[in-house]
Amino acid sequence: MKSFMFLSQFVRDMRAQKLRTFLTIFGIIWGTISIVLLLGFGVGLGRQLKKNLHGLGEGLVILWPGKTSIPYQGMGRGRQLHFREDDAFLLEREIQQIKYICPEYARWGVELKQQKNTYAAQVRGVYPVYRLMRNAIPSREGRFLNPVDIDKKRRVIFLGNKVKEELFKDDSAEGKYITLNGIPFQVVGVLKEKHQNSSYGGRDEYTTYIPATTFSTIFGHKYISNMIVQGHDPRQNKALQERILQVLGKKYRFHPEDREALWVWDLMESEKVFMAMGIGFNIFFSLVGAFTLIVGGIGVSNIMNVVVEERTREIGLKMALGAKKGFVLSQFLFETLMITLIGGAIGLAISYGIIAVFPAGEIEQYIGRPTLSLGVALVAVALLGLIGFISGFGPAKRAANLNPVEAIRS
Amino acid sequence: MIKMKKIEKIYGTGTAKVEALRGIDLDIKKNEFFGLIGPSGSGKSTLMNIIGCLDVPTSGEYYFEEKDIKSFNHNQLAEIRNEKIGFVFQNFNLLPYATTFENVEIPMIFKGARAKERKARTMELLDAVGLAGRAHHKPSELSGGEMQRVAIARALANNPSLILADEPTGNLDTKSGDEILAIFENLWKQGHTLVVITHNPNISKRAQKVVKLKDGSIENNNR
Repeated sequence: MKSFMFLSQFVRDMRAQKLRTFLTIFGIIWGTISIVLLLGFGVGLGRQLKKNLHGLGEGLVILWPGKTSIPYQGMGRGRQLHFREDDAFLLEREIQQIKYICPEYARWGVELKQQKNTYAAQVRGVYPVYRLMRNAIPSREGRFLNPVDIDKKRRVIFLGNKVKEELFKDDSAEGKYITLNGIPFQVVGVLKEKHQNSSYGGRDEYTTYIPATTFSTIFGHKYISNMIVQGHDPRQNKALQERILQVLGKKYRFHPEDREALWVWDLMESEKVFMAMGIGFNIFFSLVGAFTLIVGGIGVSNIMNVVVEERTREIGLKMALGAKKGFVLSQFLFETLMITLIGGAIGLAISYGIIAVFPAGEIEQYIGRPTLSLGVALVAVALLGLIGFISGFGPAKRAANLNPVEAIRS
Repeated sequence: MIKMKKIEKIYGTGTAKVEALRGIDLDIKKNEFFGLIGPSGSGKSTLMNIIGCLDVPTSGEYYFEEKDIKSFNHNQLAEIRNEKIGFVFQNFNLLPYATTFENVEIPMIFKGARAKERKARTMELLDAVGLAGRAHHKPSELSGGEMQRVAIARALANNPSLILADEPTGNLDTKSGDEILAIFENLWKQGHTLVVITHNPNISKRAQKVVKLKDGSIENNNR
């Protein structure tokens, strides 16, 4: 009965203050939408950052030869180093932490031609393991380079999806021939579209791949461009780098601590930075949302103060008739929580709607898809409850502490 | 039933100090019809509030049914008001948005009575004050006399031992005032204890005992 009485009282109070009630609930709706959307976008952005990062590969260490900067074993500084394919196999043999390693040859501005379409692309010579390391997933009909391609030095090519579009437009490319500086190559596969927010030498979608063995035969490169290494445990990448420096330092006779001799890009480090950025964004978004919600809470507190003011006499009368402090306190808290509950529910529903119709498209690969996760909803509900309680407690306490004699006389 | 010894009530301090009651001794017996008169500012309302456990004295002793009220906390005072005392105010003090029925029901809700009991008791009381047919009317649809009868029904809701009325006929015409007076007399005959603040000579005439207050002290015991 009490709760029914609270409810009917609530409806009456809110009806008596239509505009103010509307504005207050609107404030809570606005705050809820802000916090849910901001958190939802934050979660989506974080996921997308991670996904984009994995477009390049997971926990990779990428190595380029550099110039020595420390004199060592009688050799001066400034000596340019060059790596050969064999170095990759040496590292693989010597270092147990290595799961996969792949040398990469690279050549820019190679003329690709398919009938009348030409395109100057980057060509990389790689091994089949590259597919696993760099997430070079072929679209349905094709395949990536395989060990037989390597053994037989086949003239086969795997195209980045944008290169395929340049050469073949909407036609399928698989099985067809293109020429590479005039030499015919058969297309074995096309890269499945992927999100990638970092790269070296160019985005994968604009790159083409041929077997490393074919590459060195055709272009006559002695040296590779770089190597990519993947450890068994990416968290141990630091130790892995130390070992690589030791092994290569021994072979090429550079100081094992000469960081200039070997340029290293550790994706785990980038990932940490991105993740920290993601967390930073989330904290920022949550703060902005929480502040908006607090402003809404001030509105609720305000309207409840007005309600207490207007009902002072009634509160006094109820106390005279035997209402205890707890009754008055809970009645006003109930009303505050109802306002926040209604505002919060509407806000959640609207946010859900906005997220559901959020246009997917180009923008999605940068900012991701906003997500209304259970976690986000729980955070919003907990904040709403807390704000409702805090904003209602003051007025409710004031009502409960009224002196019945003075209240009834007001 | 009510025993007061040297009750004092002082508001404010220093130069703003107001001594509303200065050493009141009172003894109200069970089933007494007790009148309280005096000019405005004499301390009637203050005394009324203390008798009704709405306020506590600054000093002195107050026993309600032999219980020392001074030792009671807020909630215990609320319980006494709810179960032992029925208030009737000059300006009725009905909840404007609630129906006659709902107004009478309120003290029973605070007591925690079940809906079925409340309904039966409310209808019984409305019948007793002749308003059974107006159970679902709002106060704005009632006359002054009818509103005061609703207030009396509400005061009787939890069958209190004391009925405390503050100028119950002050806002009513003579005819309605007489009707209310008749109801009070009836209640007294049924065994209720009545304490009535009044300017109405008709009421003070019928009271068994009348006390006149002046400047916070009892001037004389008329009867």
